Amino acid sequence: MVDNSELDDIPGTTVFTAERSRQGYHLNQMCMSLMKAENRDRFHADERAYLDEWPMSEEQKQAVLDRDFQRMLDLGGNVYFLSKIFASDGLSYVQAVSTMTEYTVEEYQAMMLAGGRSPDGWRSKSERPS
Amino acid sequence: MARITAGLTTSHVPAIGMAVDLGKTEEPYWQPVFAGYEWTKKWADAEPPDVVILVYNDHASAFDLSVIPTFALGTAASFQPCDEGYGPRPVPVVEGHPELAAHLAQSLILDEFDLTLINELDVDHGLTVPMSLVYGQPEAWPTKVIPLAVNVVQYPAPTGRRCFNLGKAIRRAVESYEEDLSVQVWGTGGMSHQIQGARAGLINQEWDNRFLDLVVSDPEAAASIPHIEYLRETGSEGIEMVMWLIMRGALGERVQELHRFYHVPASNTAVGHLVLEPVD
Ligand SMILES: [Fe+2]
Repeated sequence: MVDNSELDDIPGTTVFTAERSRQGYHLNQMCMSLMKAENRDRFHADERAYLDEWPMSEEQKQAVLDRDFQRMLDLGGNVYFLSKIFASDGLSYVQAVSTMTEYTVEEYQAMMLAGGRSPDGWRSKSERPS
Repeated sequence: MARITAGLTTSHVPAIGMAVDLGKTEEPYWQPVFAGYEWTKKWADAEPPDVVILVYNDHASAFDLSVIPTFALGTAASFQPCDEGYGPRPVPVVEGHPELAAHLAQSLILDEFDLTLINELDVDHGLTVPMSLVYGQPEAWPTKVIPLAVNVVQYPAPTGRRCFNLGKAIRRAVESYEEDLSVQVWGTGGMSHQIQGARAGLINQEWDNRFLDLVVSDPEAAASIPHIEYLRETGSEGIEMVMWLIMRGALGERVQELHRFYHVPASNTAVGHLVLEPVD
């Protein structure tokens, strides 16, 4: 078996491994389908019906319906694919990505303008307060 | 004989492309980003090469998960800008160089780099944003482009060492092409950024600046950086920087630094940019 313990030790980070890619295949391919305008229209007209056309797990479908991006990552989603969902909602990367952090969009933007999130305290789970 | 005349690295943040396309480059947020490319634009306009081998990655635009090539060389005569979900960028069609690409394909595979060859490819912001940064908004791009797409989306990306060695092989391949062509190699992506999870927004200026130094002066050391260091220190998307090492490998042992720029932020990302010339 491959040893992913180092990857899993990075806090607040879901590395998109081959194993996660396998798990998230249909979720990510569904996201990819939203590149087409007619599919975006059908998705937004009835999200549940659109998702039911894909062999995704119920948990994955619910995470999409909830726009719970962290949950989608946990279930094998990759952010470049998930971006098709939030782009179709009219959200930018900053707007969508900030929802996975402790900050509001405004706070997140302020953090970026001030030089971004410092890596200090974020290199290893052992550095995080439990 | 064809020869490699220069190398360049740059971030390829999609929002930079939007700023160009929407005429926002003079806005206070964007002005400092574009100011860092003023020198480069003049340099690039003065003497565009015949061909750019442009190392970039696709971001779930032309490639979905059905096929995931680690290295894919664009061998077509032309490449259309992708529709990334907002409509294609209003930029010129990218003209390829199929003859040199065919030569590269054959040379590199025989040199034990088992590339995927792509005859139909739409190119996303990873390729077109660097073109806009360097050449602005011309009617037609002044140079032909051979795209070299690298998988950095699904872990593991190729190692830094592998990328560096591929760059060296590209140099050998270019130098064995008979026609007298000037060729540049561009490595794009990075620098530190993370656009997912609770750690999103990570920027590591100290690490980025050390990497800029290493790429110029000690590429062997840069090529030895393991994936886990990129991931921990520069964010999950900072791994794109392995693509810079393909450029650096192609330039040979010693280089002269013509231009350097570093700026935080562009959207979620630290922007880094180098223009280098080989010193024989
Ligand atoms: Fe990228």
